[in-house]
Amino acid sequence: MNPLSVVVRKGCDIFAWFMVVFGANVIIHGDLTPGGGFQGGAIVATFLTFLLVAYGGNRLLSWVNERFYTSLVGFGLLLFIGLAFMGFPTSFFYNFVSVTHEAAMAGGAHGIIPPSGTIALMDIAVGIEVAGGLSLIVIYMFKGIRLYETSPVGTECGHDR
Amino acid sequence: MKKTMFIAAALVLGGIVWGVLDNVHPFGDPLKTPVDDYYIAHALKDRSSENIVTSLVFDYRGFDTIGEAAVLFTALCSVTALFRQGGRRD
Repeated sequence: MNPLSVVVRKGCDIFAWFMVVFGANVIIHGDLTPGGGFQGGAIVATFLTFLLVAYGGNRLLSWVNERFYTSLVGFGLLLFIGLAFMGFPTSFFYNFVSVTHEAAMAGGAHGIIPPSGTIALMDIAVGIEVAGGLSLIVIYMFKGIRLYETSPVGTECGHDR
Repeated sequence: MKKTMFIAAALVLGGIVWGVLDNVHPFGDPLKTPVDDYYIAHALKDRSSENIVTSLVFDYRGFDTIGEAAVLFTALCSVTALFRQGGRRD
């Protein structure tokens, strides 16, 4: 994939980070506004696609670190399932930190943890997982296309058997 | 013979579909609503989550969300296996 013109690249420089900010906003306010972990994670993963289209594959592959995205996927999944297990004296997926609406309006929330408890925390966990996973899918699919384009004609590519 | 069987099967299937579609209750008028009413009444009061959909997805129906996360992880694994680098690496 070849890099696009300087106009597109400048637009990418200016606007690409706002995608990450907007996606983080959707993820973090998942319990208050429309959206949530899956939608916000998909918005964050759009960032990498935008960079791929604007700057081309070779620049992108020199920038990204796959281990980082893999660790994002693992961390998000483990945090999600760990939060589900932490409600276990009562039941799996019990919301152990949520307070009722009246108590939250009267000022009874736990400081930095949102009054909706594990709903907001699981939103963040799933958002991290989806952002890492979709970015990894974009990277791997682009690598597969490049493998197909650069392999000699008539040979089978993508398999070592 | 084949054509007769096909026509008979089509008639039977069409009759079933027609009967099912004829019995569908009208839109906006569900048959049983106690669970919906419970969610709408209690999602904000008990969990203080203003987005009822999120409180459904992550609290009342948490097992579904584990399944969705597993679906995404499986898709990632299959893409990794399908598009991996072939050949010998040395």
